[in-house]
Amino acid sequence: MEVEVRLPTVLRPHANGAALVKVDAANIGEALNELSSKYPGMSGQLLTQSGELHKFVNIYLNDDDVRYLEKLDTKLNDGDVISILPAVAGGSD
Amino acid sequence: MIEIPSTILDAIEGYLISQYPLEGCGLVGASNLDDISLLRVISWYPCKNTAQSGKLYELDPLDYLKADRDAESKNQQIVGVVHSHTHSDPYPSLTDVSSAPDPNWHYIITSFRFHSPSTRSYKILAGKIKEEKIVIT
Repeated sequence: MEVEVRLPTVLRPHANGAALVKVDAANIGEALNELSSKYPGMSGQLLTQSGELHKFVNIYLNDDDVRYLEKLDTKLNDGDVISILPAVAGGSD
Repeated sequence: MIEIPSTILDAIEGYLISQYPLEGCGLVGASNLDDISLLRVISWYPCKNTAQSGKLYELDPLDYLKADRDAESKNQQIVGVVHSHTHSDPYPSLTDVSSAPDPNWHYIITSFRFHSPSTRSYKILAGKIKEEKIVIT
């Protein structure tokens, strides 16, 4: 399935500045692996060494957080949009 | 240097006050990013603090997604995050520094430590904090 991936500003330098890239993948895990293959600078920033989604990255498939779907096994359909968002957090402590 | 219209600064501080005693948070957007010496904030997106804490914030990723889409539809870009410190100075904490996701972002902190809100802005690059001047227009 060909899907679009929206990249956060922090990852765009690894994709020659692109905000939007296309990948061909059957599920979220494949899409993230293809991204890392096409843009090696992203490798290690999306998935842990054991192949799980990094806790400081949020992945949305259209309007849904994939952690509440089938995580990396979430299936893709043509025309889906994957959004990668860094976790934004902090505080006074 | 970062330029913030007074109407947007009022909206930011008003929202953060409304969240007190919890920390509040949100995102800011800008359009012309060519001049790196001066960034002019033109949009403000209040977001939910999913941590619901007075000592830390976790910006709701769905609010982030919506803000990002809206900014893009207006040919803008999210360029920074705002949050409040309810009882401490407007200066990045160790948590703020270790959690800073983007070296290009602007990290704006409003403190309610004193009687009136105090807002400052910083860049955080590789763990180093650099304050930038806020110009209110």
